[in-house]
Amino acid sequence: MKEIFSTRAIRFALGGIVLAGSLAAANPGWAAEGGATIPRQDWTFGGVTGYFDREQLRRGYQVYKNVCSACHGMRQLYYRNLSEPGGPEYSEGSVKQFAAEAQVTDGPNDDGEMFTRPGRPSDRFVSPYPNDKAAAAAQGGAVPPDLSLIAKARTVTRAAPWYMEPFYWLYDIATVYQEQGPDYVHALLTSYTEPPEGVKVLAGTNYNTAFPGHQIAMPPPLVEGAVEYPEGVPATVDNYARDVSAFLMWAAEPKLEERKRMGLKVLVYLAILTLLLYLSKRALWRNVEH
Amino acid sequence: MAHQSNYQPKTAFTRWMDSRLPVIRMAYDTILDFPTPRNLNYMWTFGGILTFFLGLQIITGVILAMHYTADTSVAFDSIEYLMRNVNYGWLMRYTHAVGASMFFVAVYLHIFRGLYYGSYKAPREILWIIGVLIFLAMIATSFMGYSLVWGQMSFWAVTVITNLFSSLDSIVNGLGTAIVQWIWGDFSVSDATLNRLFSLHYLLPFVIAGLVGLHIWALHVPGNNNPIGVDLRDPKREAVPFHPYYTAKDLFALTAFLLLFAYFVFYLPDYLGHADNYIKANPLQTPPHIVPEWYFLPFYAILRAIPSKLGGVIAMFSSIGVLFFIPWLDTSSERSARYRPIYKWFFWLLAIACVALGYLGSKPPEGGYLVAARIFTAYYFIHFLIIMPIVGVIETPKPRPRTIADAIFKGGGQASGYAAQPAAAAAEKR
Repeated sequence: MKEIFSTRAIRFALGGIVLAGSLAAANPGWAAEGGATIPRQDWTFGGVTGYFDREQLRRGYQVYKNVCSACHGMRQLYYRNLSEPGGPEYSEGSVKQFAAEAQVTDGPNDDGEMFTRPGRPSDRFVSPYPNDKAAAAAQGGAVPPDLSLIAKARTVTRAAPWYMEPFYWLYDIATVYQEQGPDYVHALLTSYTEPPEGVKVLAGTNYNTAFPGHQIAMPPPLVEGAVEYPEGVPATVDNYARDVSAFLMWAAEPKLEERKRMGLKVLVYLAILTLLLYLSKRALWRNVEH
Repeated sequence: MAHQSNYQPKTAFTRWMDSRLPVIRMAYDTILDFPTPRNLNYMWTFGGILTFFLGLQIITGVILAMHYTADTSVAFDSIEYLMRNVNYGWLMRYTHAVGASMFFVAVYLHIFRGLYYGSYKAPREILWIIGVLIFLAMIATSFMGYSLVWGQMSFWAVTVITNLFSSLDSIVNGLGTAIVQWIWGDFSVSDATLNRLFSLHYLLPFVIAGLVGLHIWALHVPGNNNPIGVDLRDPKREAVPFHPYYTAKDLFALTAFLLLFAYFVFYLPDYLGHADNYIKANPLQTPPHIVPEWYFLPFYAILRAIPSKLGGVIAMFSSIGVLFFIPWLDTSSERSARYRPIYKWFFWLLAIACVALGYLGSKPPEGGYLVAARIFTAYYFIHFLIIMPIVGVIETPKPRPRTIADAIFKGGGQASGYAAQPAAAAAEKR
């Protein structure tokens, strides 16, 4: 090959990928900005063949419903989503029941009055507070964020020397790392500790090693045994955190399974097409000196 | 176009058409028959890739616009609604978002190819300048498109970038503020701002499409440059018709590039974006770090490297403005850096500087980051304004093949392959 430009670039890229791959063994640490190391978790929805574990999503929904939903809304979701393919896939009967547990403001009716009625599957998730001001008033000034997109609205950054960062990026790309959000949520929910000696925690905040700045208004939400779990799954804080993080990932990306399934087909199709086009190009140019 | 037309209408309809509006002739001459140097390498495939992505962005963008609501209270939610409740809405949205990134990957490679092989030199100055205009329009378009998402990063990027014009206050008191309010259409970034961003984001791609038409027109007058940087002497021996030779090669390169694109669309759709943009815009809460999309990071680093606000704005715009003058800043008579032993090193230094500036743009402007950003910013301008003119004069180019044919037919011009026989036959007749 005479092409300095292209071969050099390719060699750099290959070298980088090889180096990034060798970093896999080093098991790099991850840190939220100003926070502690956040380990990369194993999720069923990671990687090219990722899928949601229905049972896990259902447990996660129970955790959300019984714990989180007291303060956090999920206004991008409809109750019907809970029975749609690619999610917890509850039966339509269960979803009707979940929806009916909420009171929805509707109207105006024929008399011009607003009224409340039990929720229907076509309703959005009912938020615990009518608006942010009401939330702030009830929560001592801090508005609990809406959780619909939290699994995509949070990320982890790595405490790495600058010359290593590009290799970590390549490593992330090569290993399809797109679960920074659930990793962070899981870490946040399991990282409440006593503050180290000498650290003064502000009134109304709690010490959390995963939270940027370490002082978070939300008190530890998960308590062992607080949510009833099916037989065989220990009702531990770690399991609650893991399951609700998975549920929140589905809530943020309900088409993830459809996307990854289509992706595999598209990539295989493109790979074959690319190969065929390469062979035709080669056949066409075989007798053409260039 | 510049080369002689070999089109011969074969049917009654095409003859009728040809004497009225010769579009078929034009398509034949430019897409099928156009004589293209045989020795182009894969760096010459990005033009086709870019054209494909422009089309893809326009198609997905038109569909997205059918579901988008340019109203600050619902813009963010309208995109989420599309992602969740519109059939394949997620696919359109991720294709468009990742497509913008890939568009820039391809355009940067395309620009650096032009820089390396001297594709801006006579007679291709206008071609190059139109290219810089396309790049400018792309920057404006993608910036506006990113703002439409109306997440935290969108909102604060608009706030920061539009506020740059307020630096003019230091020249004429009140001028900058007046311009900023004129851009906003209000006294803050508001509904009026979002609506004009949407309007212009929809308009500019068609301006780009028009510029691309001019770019291709300007390309087809002198024809392609090539890795050895010598003009075609004998198109019959040194060139092949664009179709099927380059259509086949470009298609292969396109699908190979699409593999990378699809990998990101389907598996890492948010990797190139910023998590904060999944938080709805909140004018009362500034994110800890405001950073633009990755493809603007080098310019962002230049902006922040200059200690004065106005100076930073001038430097940022100049970093693109200087590109317009490259055809005249480069004094070397040799096109291709392959035969320029000194300039070649500076070219790679420039490439490193641009990548480094991109990295530094993602970091807070403090300490070692700021020092490094200043050094690389200085190099960026020194490269174009000082090194290019001087090296062109003092450098002695390495020996290069006199003609493309010399480079292709090694071992004494043994002619073979496409068009070689007719050429040889023609030579015998003479």
